[in-house]
Amino acid sequence: MNYFELFNLAESYSVDKTQLNEHYQTLQRLTHPDGFASSSEAEKAIALQKNAMVNDAYHVLKSPLARAEYLLELRGFSINHESQTLQDRSFLMKQMELREMLDDAAQCSDPFAAIESISQEIDDTQRDLFSQLESQLEGEMWESSADSIRKLKFLVKLSAEVELLEERLDDL
Amino acid sequence: MALLQISEPGQTQAPHQRKLAVGIDLGTTNSLVASVRSGEATTLPDESGKHLLPSIVHYSSDAKLVGELAKEHLLKQPENTIVSAKRFIGRSLSDITARYPQLPYHFSGTESNPQIETAGGIKNAIQISSDILTHLKQRAEETLGDELQGAVITVPAYFDDAQRQGTKDAAQFAGLNVLRLLNEPTAAAIAYGLDTGQEGNIVVYDLGGGTFDVSVLRLSKGVFEVLATGGDSALGGDDFDQLIVEYCIESMSLSDQLDNRLFAELRLQAKAAKERLTNEDTATITISNANGDNFSCDITRQQFDTLCLPLIKKTLRATKRALKDADISNKDVIEVVMVGGSTRVPSVRNQVQAFFGKVPRTDIDPDKVVAIGASIQADILVGNKPDGEMLLLDVLPLSLGLETMGELVEKIIPRNTTIPVARAQEFTTFKDGQTAMSLHVVQGERELVGDCRSLARFSLKGIPPMAAGAAHIRVTFQVDADGLLSVTAMEKSSGITADIQVKPSYGLSDKEVASMLKASFVNAKGDMQARMLKEQQVEARRVIESLEAAIEQDGELLTPQQTLDISESIHQLRDLANGECPDSIKSAIETLDLLTQPFAAARMDKSIKTALAGQSVDEI
Repeated sequence: MNYFELFNLAESYSVDKTQLNEHYQTLQRLTHPDGFASSSEAEKAIALQKNAMVNDAYHVLKSPLARAEYLLELRGFSINHESQTLQDRSFLMKQMELREMLDDAAQCSDPFAAIESISQEIDDTQRDLFSQLESQLEGEMWESSADSIRKLKFLVKLSAEVELLEERLDDL
Repeated sequence: MALLQISEPGQTQAPHQRKLAVGIDLGTTNSLVASVRSGEATTLPDESGKHLLPSIVHYSSDAKLVGELAKEHLLKQPENTIVSAKRFIGRSLSDITARYPQLPYHFSGTESNPQIETAGGIKNAIQISSDILTHLKQRAEETLGDELQGAVITVPAYFDDAQRQGTKDAAQFAGLNVLRLLNEPTAAAIAYGLDTGQEGNIVVYDLGGGTFDVSVLRLSKGVFEVLATGGDSALGGDDFDQLIVEYCIESMSLSDQLDNRLFAELRLQAKAAKERLTNEDTATITISNANGDNFSCDITRQQFDTLCLPLIKKTLRATKRALKDADISNKDVIEVVMVGGSTRVPSVRNQVQAFFGKVPRTDIDPDKVVAIGASIQADILVGNKPDGEMLLLDVLPLSLGLETMGELVEKIIPRNTTIPVARAQEFTTFKDGQTAMSLHVVQGERELVGDCRSLARFSLKGIPPMAAGAAHIRVTFQVDADGLLSVTAMEKSSGITADIQVKPSYGLSDKEVASMLKASFVNAKGDMQARMLKEQQVEARRVIESLEAAIEQDGELLTPQQTLDISESIHQLRDLANGECPDSIKSAIETLDLLTQPFAAARMDKSIKTALAGQSVDEI
C-alpha cells in the first residue's frame, strides 16, 4: 500500500489540504498505539507499525517537495543525489552568489536586512520552481521534474543555513 | 480501534466499576500521584494531608524511608539520604561527578552504571526512583482501595532515550504496569486543555528547579498535537537562587570568608528570599559566620528582577525557537500555560505575558498540574473512556543519528518528528565476506559525535558472506509512543534478519533488568509464583475473549485454514490456563499473538478502508 492509497487520495501532485488533514486525523484515531493500551501484543505491534507508516506518509504528503519526490519514485524515477548532478550552469552560479552573500551578511552593518534580502531572493526562486514543477509533473515530464526537485533541494539547504545564521545572530 | 471485551457469564464487571489507573509525576524535587475519581482528576494526599512527596529516600541497615520521613535524616546522614535521584537517571558516573561535584554520596559501580553505597546496600538511580514510585503506588492503592491496573509516568520532554528507559525500568521494578511515558509539558496541556475545549495553538512554559522545557501544541477536535518542543536542561529556579547568593556575597563583602557551611546557609536564605519576593517588595537576608558575626542585606523585587532578566530572556529565546520549529508566530498562540514552581516568580510571569501579549494561565497549581494531566491520560488508556475524543500526538524531542566517518553524526530521525516513527537506512559491507557490522546511535542536535549523547552500540551479526558492497543491510530505527528506540536489521537480497546486540551506553541492559526483576521477586514477600500464575491466567482469558470477539466480528478475513489454526491455539491456551505453569501460559499467549498478527493487520486495514471510504463519500 503506498502513501496515497493509505490516505485514500488520488496519486497526484496536487493534494487537497483539508482532505489530507481530515484523513490524517481519522487514521490517527484508528491506528495510534494509545487506542491499544489494553489490547493484545499482536494488535499493539500492528498498531505501532501502521501508525509509524501513517506519520511518515503524512510527513511526505504534506510537504510539496517530498510529495513530488515520492511521486517520481512511484513512477520509477529516483532522485539520486550524487550520480545525477545539475547541468544548469546559470542556476549553479546564482547559488554560489547567494551563498557568498550569506557568508558576508554576518559582517554587514545591518545583517538582518542583508539576510532578509537573501531570503526574499530564495523565496522568489522557490516559488517559480514550484510552479514549474507542478506543470512538469502534470505533463508527466519526469526527467525535468527531477531536475526541478534537485534545484529545490539546493534552495531548502540554503534556507536552513539562513535560519541557522539568524538564530546565531539572535543569540548574540 | 480497541477490541470489544466480553466477559464470561457470571464474571461480568458491574458497569460502574472503573479500572484504577493513576498518573505519577516523578519529579526531581517532589513527586505526586493523581487519579480521576467521579470524573474529576485530583492529586492524592498522604494520611497527614500532604500531596507533595519529597523525592528523597533514606537507607539504613534495617529500614528504607521515603519522603518527609527521609528528609529528617538529610542533615544527620546526608550520605545515606539520596535527594533528587532523577538527575542521575541515564547518566554516567563522570557526568554526575562533573556536574554535581559537591554531592555527599559514596559513588561506586561502573562508568555506565553508577551506584551509591548506602547503609542499606548499594543502590542505583533506577532503584532509588523505584522506591519513590513504590511509595506512591502504595499511597494510591490505600486511597483508592484496590490494586492499580496501570500508570502513566511523566518525564521531562527533553529526556533522552536512556533517561526514558531508566524511568520505565524504575516503574517496572515498583510493580507498575506502565501504560505510557508522557512528556511533562504535554501532561500540563491536557490538564488545561480538556476543560476549556478550545481550539488553536497553546504554549506550555515549564520552568522547574533545574530545567526549562517549552512545548508548542495544536488543539483541534480533541487532538493534542505537539508541534515542537525545546528548552534548556541546565536552566531553572536554582540559577535564580545562585544570583541572589552572588548578590549577597557582593553586598555583604563575604568573598574572603566563604566556607561550605556559609555557602549552604546562603543558598537556603536566597531561596527563601526569592519566595518572599513573590508577594513582598523587599526581602532581608541575615546570616552569621563561624565567629558569630552577623551580616545582613536587603534585596528589592526590582533588584531581583534586574538580576533575573538575562535568564528569563534566555528562556524566551528558546521559546522563540520552538515557535519557529512549529512554524507559528507568538500572535498565533491562544493560550500560554505556566508549569513548575519557578513560574511563581512575578517577573517570569510578566516577561512571558509581555512576550505573548496575553496573561498566562496559572489557575491550576503549577506543582500539581503535571500529575493531574497524567491521570487524565491514564484514565483513558486503561479503558475507562472508550468513546473518549482525546488523542495525543507527541514528538521526538532530540534528533537520533548514527556515527559516520570522522566522528560526524548523520541524522536518521530529526527532532520534532511525530512519534511513533520508523525510518530505514541502508548500509553495505566494505570487505569481501564481511559478516558483522557495528553501529553507534547517538541523540542530539550537534554535528560531532562527542557533542551528542551516546545511546547504544549495536553489533549486527550473521550477515551472509558476500563480495564487498554486495550485501545491502536495511537497518530500521523505530521509536515508539513512549519515545523509546528499537533497532532491527535485515540483509535485503537474502532476507536474512541480522542479529542485533545492544549495549546501552548508560543505564541497564535488558539482561540486567531481567536479573534485577528476578532478584526483587526473590526478596518480595508472599508467593510470587502464585501471583504470576494468576496474572498469566487473567491475561490468557483476556486474550482469548478479545480474540473470539474479533473473530465473531471479522471472521471472514480469515482463510478456513487460519481459522482452524487459531482455534487450535486457543484451545491449547485454554488448557494450559487451567494448569499451574505460568511460563507455559505465557509462551502460549506469545504463540497465539504471533499467529494472529496478520489477522490484526487485516482488521486494521479493513477499519481504515471503511472509515476513509465513508469520509470520502461525505466529502463528495
